[in-house]
Amino acid sequence: MTQTADSNAHYKLTHLKALEAEAIHIMREVAAQFEKPALMFSGGKDSIVMVHLAKKAFRPAKFPFPLLHIDTGHNFPEALDFRDKLCDELGERLIVHKVQDLIDRGIATEDPGPYPSRNRAQIPTLLDAIEKYEFDALFGGARRDEEKARAKERIFSFRDDFGQWDPKNQRPELWNLYNGRHQMGENIRVFPISNWTEMDVWQYIMLENIEIPDLYFSHKRDVVQRRGQLVPVGDAPFEARDGEAIINQTVRFRTVGDMSCTAATDSPASNLEEIVAEVAAARASERGARMDDKTNEAAMEDRKKEGYF
Amino acid sequence: MATDSTNTAEDLSTSTNASQGMEFSTDAYLDMDLLRFLTCGSVDDGKSTLIGRLLYDSKSIFEDQLEAAESASLSRGDQRMDLALLTDGLRAEREQGITIDVAYRYFATPKRKFIIADCPGHVQYTRNMVTGASTANLALILIDARHGVIEQSRRHSFITSLLRIPHLVVCVNKMDLVEWSEEKYNKIREDFEEFAARFEITDITFIPMSALTGDNVVNRSENMDWYQGPSLLHHLENVHIAGDRDMIDPRFPVQWVIRPQGDEHHDYRGYGGQVASGVFQVGDDVVALPSGMESKIKSIDIGGESFQYASPPQSVSIQLETDIDVSRGDMICRPHNRPISGQDIDAMVVWMAETPMVVGKKYTIRHTSSDARCVIKELRYRMDIDSLHRVEGATDLKLNEIGRVSFRTTKPLFFDPYRQCRATGSFIIVDEQTNNTVGAAMILGETS
Repeated sequence: MTQTADSNAHYKLTHLKALEAEAIHIMREVAAQFEKPALMFSGGKDSIVMVHLAKKAFRPAKFPFPLLHIDTGHNFPEALDFRDKLCDELGERLIVHKVQDLIDRGIATEDPGPYPSRNRAQIPTLLDAIEKYEFDALFGGARRDEEKARAKERIFSFRDDFGQWDPKNQRPELWNLYNGRHQMGENIRVFPISNWTEMDVWQYIMLENIEIPDLYFSHKRDVVQRRGQLVPVGDAPFEARDGEAIINQTVRFRTVGDMSCTAATDSPASNLEEIVAEVAAARASERGARMDDKTNEAAMEDRKKEGYF
Repeated sequence: MATDSTNTAEDLSTSTNASQGMEFSTDAYLDMDLLRFLTCGSVDDGKSTLIGRLLYDSKSIFEDQLEAAESASLSRGDQRMDLALLTDGLRAEREQGITIDVAYRYFATPKRKFIIADCPGHVQYTRNMVTGASTANLALILIDARHGVIEQSRRHSFITSLLRIPHLVVCVNKMDLVEWSEEKYNKIREDFEEFAARFEITDITFIPMSALTGDNVVNRSENMDWYQGPSLLHHLENVHIAGDRDMIDPRFPVQWVIRPQGDEHHDYRGYGGQVASGVFQVGDDVVALPSGMESKIKSIDIGGESFQYASPPQSVSIQLETDIDVSRGDMICRPHNRPISGQDIDAMVVWMAETPMVVGKKYTIRHTSSDARCVIKELRYRMDIDSLHRVEGATDLKLNEIGRVSFRTTKPLFFDPYRQCRATGSFIIVDEQTNNTVGAAMILGETS
């Protein structure tokens, strides 16, 4: 219980419960204002928290939207297993849209060069899914504390029919009043946990006892040192490169993206309390472990303008 | 002169203010409350330095973010790191060295979590400030101790009062540049109090400080022993905000009806929404508007977990004892404490679009969970936000202009004056052709 009722001044709401209330409100608003929403689900902790919030918003009924996974083909196998298990338990519909299919159709291309990232190839894949299923609103688990461009993005982030974000032309967003009106073909991205920090997410996972993939907890794994980061290695195309020595080390992941662009953290944290303490003491940001953001100063803003979530 | 709006990573980290008392505790974290505050100002008044210091001293800036800002400063040819680069997130902002839009920043101390809506200060960004102000419990206004109260301070105070932000903190900054003079500080304080008397701002706190040296930001200043009040952070951590919420007038706008299709819960019919004000309790007599049908609260739950009470801003699902007709846009309240129901409404409007507001034109408005069409009947006056005079006979409202407007809606709205309840007293105006949000309105009451 987060409330006591001994006097009117004591209906105290902790900050996590206030953030939860805001997120539930946003999700219901989208359900009411849009015809065909979907919830982007990656198997990462933020999207798992989103699913938990959707349960709070809509149970005992089913979600009024499916889950959508943009499958890069570069996922950690553990994340995929977790995804399938969670969807079974939920009894909700999961749509998987594969980057590989778009590459095969010649619509998406893999980045050239030494880092075989499929980060950019997600963009046409996502836009293809939007077109195929006629989605008019997509929930994403992005947070404003992650990155500077995101710090300025609205909760209802309006996109044109090419999925593009125009940062200089954002709709004013006041009080808790969200304007989802749109033309045919346009859609919005919605970020219900915009105002959460990495710490809030971990604390909420702990508070609500939410199950997350084992990848987030310390485990033994083969990694190599590459450009100052601990990069997981595995089967092709994630094998060690010439001159790289494979080390079997106790690591965990602070963020889970593609295997090709997520670095591991040298950490013994094996439970939520230890992770929370580690996050509190951390001196590097979460996205510091994402090699895709390091390309240039405005990498995220540029990708968003192209249609990235 | 903007020499003190820049800093180096080293300046910050070697500061004497380095975060005592910021140790982490899980229990404390789970018991924190949330304070949303607004900072407004321009590059020169030290706002970025102040925010940078709050973030840095609460360990909310990470090393890689600091390094990125530092290398961006160097590549631009700056002598020292520009802390604004930490907050100015868009390419255009960095290139032009200006702040265009509201940036949201986050930090926490063991007592509270804070959300900063960091707003640009210039008059052409009034709409952005209003956006940031709409969700804030507290506003920070920075005044340069060398320049005293200027036009911009007046404008920011007016918007604070118009949006009814309950708490105002006036930071008299750059005290180091006026020899920590108590006399200078008192003069500014008197000037401010004199014009602020015209506004309805109930709680004003003045703090003399230097964001650059850290005096009175986190720790009490040793240079100003004549000042007996708290440091800024101490004030932010302790200002009483629980009383800001209206616990007297229960209002529950229905957002979404939760009706499971399966057999297991086929009797469940929950009304999902966020409590706008007041307290709802299981067993309470309630009435649904507009139908006027009465019932009792059978249950309150969040995702299946039952609660005895719901208070703002909780998002809950309410079931009623009897099966009455309630849908999105309806309002649940108490039979003897109802909002005003009306179609002729006067409101203060901030215009937010390049295309001016036109008297006689039809717009859509979004109020609580309800949509309605409306026509602008009359622009009663426009406010000159620098002189704070009413301009009678104005014919339109242009971008960033503020005025008193009379509306006629196509159906009754259930509202309270904004001064009584922000959630039921506010609405946004939407252009029906472009779908853009073009105005923000704070309801005064029924048109007289």
